[in-house]
This record gives sequence, structure tokens and C-alpha cells, in this order.
Amino acid sequence: MPIPLSHYLVVSALLLVIGIFGIFMNRKNVIIIMMSIELILLAANLNFVAFSGALHDMVGQVFTMFVLTVAAAESAIGLAILVIYFRNRGSIEVEDVTLMKG
Amino acid sequence: MIANLAFYLFSFILLASAVMVVTSRNPVHAVLFLILGFVNAAVLFLLAGAEFLAFILAIVYVGAVAVLFLFVVMMLDVDFSALNEGFQRYAPVGALVALIMFAELTFIAGTWVIAPAGGADRLFPTPDNVTNTVALGQLLYTSYLPLFQLSGVILLVAMIGAIVLTHRDRKRSLHQNITAQHARTPAQTLAMVRAPLGEGVALPEKQPEEETL
Repeated sequence: MPIPLSHYLVVSALLLVIGIFGIFMNRKNVIIIMMSIELILLAANLNFVAFSGALHDMVGQVFTMFVLTVAAAESAIGLAILVIYFRNRGSIEVEDVTLMKG
Repeated sequence: MIANLAFYLFSFILLASAVMVVTSRNPVHAVLFLILGFVNAAVLFLLAGAEFLAFILAIVYVGAVAVLFLFVVMMLDVDFSALNEGFQRYAPVGALVALIMFAELTFIAGTWVIAPAGGADRLFPTPDNVTNTVALGQLLYTSYLPLFQLSGVILLVAMIGAIVLTHRDRKRSLHQNITAQHARTPAQTLAMVRAPLGEGVALPEKQPEEETL
């Protein structure tokens, strides 16, 4: 491998931190929060792929495949929930979700 | 050398677009930067030797998930300026948490080494004589077949769930109710009127039709 593993680790650590920072910054906007979750999952995938390349083991890439599947399912369901929530309440503020507790 | 240069360039663009996703005021811009970030992450996958996953990332994420985000952002008529008001208030605590977490991750990554004998513990070493796609397929369709099928089931459940959640029965749309059509009798729909000569015909009272028709 021409690129050392530690560089990949630093990039994915930064990506994860940016994602967490985004969740804190956009406390109200669910769409941005879901994009931040996508960034965090991408950081995890980058770690898996980097280790798979560095250690010459295919299992990391297989796992990345499953993580991609689950992330796609998660975003589809999340956006569907967002759409019906917006249809019911007319806004997507996260802080209003506690009003749904009945 | 060129690979290293490409790595730094694309990882810089990836991180910059991630920052733009998080801080941008306009969610449409955020989605577009997310697409840019995914494309750059796909290039990083390529550089790490995972060609198949790189193209999966480009096709599935850029082609499907990011477009789904874009679709939802544009479809919902959200007042985004009201959503951005807590922006400055939460920035310090968010930055603090992010800084602490990055410091911890750097400590772990800096002090951690791979055991020299750890190479013997590889579960499925990367084969040298086949391409990445073939190697991945040989694993996915043999050793990981149950998990592969299960991920298909997860996708099916997600698809059905999304359809069930967002589907709404439109009361005003025109459906064809075949049972009601077949149950119609001439008595319900026809009225024989004897028309007198030289006079008009009063229209008979229309029978109320069923709601379902």
C-alpha cells in the first residue's frame, strides 16, 4: 500500500467528528441530522475499507457492503417518517417530536 | 507518488464538503455537497483497493440515497430559516465534544500497532490472481450467503415500510370498483319514461349512487 493506514484513519476520524459536530449544530433540522448520520457511517466504511486494504483481508469489504445496505434502508425509512411527520405537523423541528407522546 | 497526491487532494475535498454539509444554511446546497463528498469517498475507496465498493458507493449513494434526500428537501415546503436559529447557541458545545472526540481518536490511532504475528489470523486473505469484484463475489455468495440474503430482506422491509408509511388513500381519486360495477342492475340505472306528445319530459329523480362507485 503506498498510502499509510494512519492517514486513512485520520481522515475517517475527522469525518466522524464533523458528523457529530453537525448533529450538535443543527439541533432542529432533521434532514441535516440524517445527512450527518450518513457522514458518520461513511467514516466507518472508510475505516473498514482502509483496514481491509492494509491487512489484505476481504472481510472488511464484505462488512462495508452490509453497512451500506443498512444505511440505505435507514435513510429510506427515516425520510419516509420525515415526510409523514411533515404532513401531520407542517414543520420538521425535532424539538416538537416530544409532542407526539400522546 | 501520484496516488499519495490524489489521496490528499480527494480527502481534503471530502472533508471540506463534509464541513459544508454541516454548516450550510440552504439544505439543497447541503445535499449537493453530500453528493460531492460521496464521490470523493468513492475515490478514496478506489485508492484503498476496493474498486467494487467504490462503484457501489457512486451508484447507490450518489444515484439513489442522495437523490432521495434532494427529492425530500425539495418536496417538503419547509421554512428553513426558522430551523437555523439555534445555530450559534449550540456551536461551542458541539465544537467541544468534537474536539474531545477527535483527540481521543488520535490518541488511539497514534499509539496502536498491528501485532506482527497478526497476519496469520486473517479470515479471508485477499486473493492475488483475481479482481476485486470476483474476490468479493466469491465471499458474498459462499461464506456470507446467509448475511447477504438477510441484507436483501432488510432492503425489502425498508421498501415496504417506506411505501406503507407514505402511502395515503386519496379519497377523491377515481377508482374502478369492479364488484360495484357487476352488481349494478338495470333497475338502478334505467328509468322508462313515457313521453307525451307535444310536451317535454321531466327528468326522473336520479337515484343516489353508492359512495364506492
